Amino acid sequence: MAPIFRWGFMGLVLTLIYIPILVLVVNSFNASKYGIKWGGFTFKWYEKFWNNDGLMTAALNSLTVSIVAASVATVIGTLAAVALHRYQFKGKALLSSMVFVSMLTPEIVMAISLLIVFMALGIKLGFISLVIGHITFCLPFVIVAVYSRLKGFDMKMLEAARDLGASESSIFWKIILPLALPAIASGWLLSFTLSLDDVIVSAFVTGPGYEILPLKVYSMVRVGVSPEVNAISTILLVVSLVLVVISQLLLREDK
Amino acid sequence: MKSSVGQFRFWAIGLASVWLTLFVFFPNLLVILTSFLTRDPQATVSLPINADSYVRTLDLLYLQVLWDSLRMSLLAMVFCLVVGYPFAMAIVSLPKRWQPVIVFLVILPFWTNSLVRTYAIQFILGNQGIINKALLGLGLIDKPLQLLYTQFAVILGLCYILLPFMVLPLYSALEKLDVRLHHAAKDLGAGPLSRFWHITVPLTSPGIVAGCLMVLLPAMGMFYISDLLGGAKNLLLGNVIKTQFLHTRDWPFGSAFSVILIVLLGFMLWLYFRASRFVSKQGGLNGSDF
Repeated sequence: MAPIFRWGFMGLVLTLIYIPILVLVVNSFNASKYGIKWGGFTFKWYEKFWNNDGLMTAALNSLTVSIVAASVATVIGTLAAVALHRYQFKGKALLSSMVFVSMLTPEIVMAISLLIVFMALGIKLGFISLVIGHITFCLPFVIVAVYSRLKGFDMKMLEAARDLGASESSIFWKIILPLALPAIASGWLLSFTLSLDDVIVSAFVTGPGYEILPLKVYSMVRVGVSPEVNAISTILLVVSLVLVVISQLLLREDK
Repeated sequence: MKSSVGQFRFWAIGLASVWLTLFVFFPNLLVILTSFLTRDPQATVSLPINADSYVRTLDLLYLQVLWDSLRMSLLAMVFCLVVGYPFAMAIVSLPKRWQPVIVFLVILPFWTNSLVRTYAIQFILGNQGIINKALLGLGLIDKPLQLLYTQFAVILGLCYILLPFMVLPLYSALEKLDVRLHHAAKDLGAGPLSRFWHITVPLTSPGIVAGCLMVLLPAMGMFYISDLLGGAKNLLLGNVIKTQFLHTRDWPFGSAFSVILIVLLGFMLWLYFRASRFVSKQGGLNGSDF
């Protein structure tokens, strides 16, 4: 391919990818209600969001779920990545194929399978079920992020530490953890954004008493135009973009 | 000392194993089991075990929905492949230090809210949207084109949301391609098209299958895309499953539709491993990565 054509094609695709996002962001500051014409710059849709108790409660609920889910997923996922990297054990192949399959399972299948299991175990739908669901789809991402970081390690260092009498947990706390920290932090950030943005799993496993922001947005955009959705959407987009950029920078450091 | 090794090991392996068994492995078995149970108004599902739900999916109405859903998802997949393949090739041909930047720009939207981005597309395609306003303004059309609430809109939305999933595996497959093969083929007189068909395509086939898998399967489930862009008529499999689970409360029937998706996933994984074995080099998305 000729270079001009190549850059032109890539530029076109990337532009098409980012135009809708840009349109949304610009419109969140548009004073005209239906976004048909530019009616001047305004913050009023953000104010409306801020003053809407229902939406703010949903936003706080979302934050709570995402923080708890990302944290638990990061702990379990980091330990699992270390186990997969360092140990030989019975069922290792099974564990890694479960990670692999849970990454590829379509979200809708995961959603109904979780709904059925909550029902079977008698877990009430609400905060707990949401957190469990979100941990489940975040877990493989953390495991893969941390595992690929560990793969780049010099294993001799760990052997030396063990020969000098370091216990397994002090090897973990003093060597593995500090070295893998960027990947662990990036795993947490990615889990947080995945959790904050999830619609499909949440739609199935949330209960009537516990509303979260993406589902609120979903019901709002289904009914019709409400410009505060643009404001909420912009906030959600910006939060995710910033966190992902940070997480990537963390991974790039001291490669 | 020994016991501390054992304890750490125990937790490291145990937590994730228990979690994944309890919330991934076991639930998937339950979906398959539920699809063979009978709907019960009191207890949601009950015995006897039968295959009624599967027989009912063969109803003409549902076959039509299944076919529509499959066709829209397949078209989205093909379109993603047609755009994604040259795109991935273009990335690979860039200098090494530019490649991660472009890859990052493609993946970045994946981490943002896809519902919100679908809503943005709705905004653009609507009767009062940018496209219609531009065309009206230029005098190319007299009345707005019906772009929204069509199958076209659903397919476009699916492509938009799922394109990164196609580009990524293709890129990692193309990146591993040995350029010397191309030089050798060129020296032996093979033209560019023949090199593409006989070297590039077969050697990147695991990437192609992986990309198709990662677009097709999620595409069939993304109920909010068809909801926002397709209106009430253009349904995806995900809409049917959602209705059966959350509104009609016919769990066995909904599970039967999900089992169709699980079977499709199994088939595509089988294809993928076959393609990887054929290439015999380690592909990007591989179970043996662990």
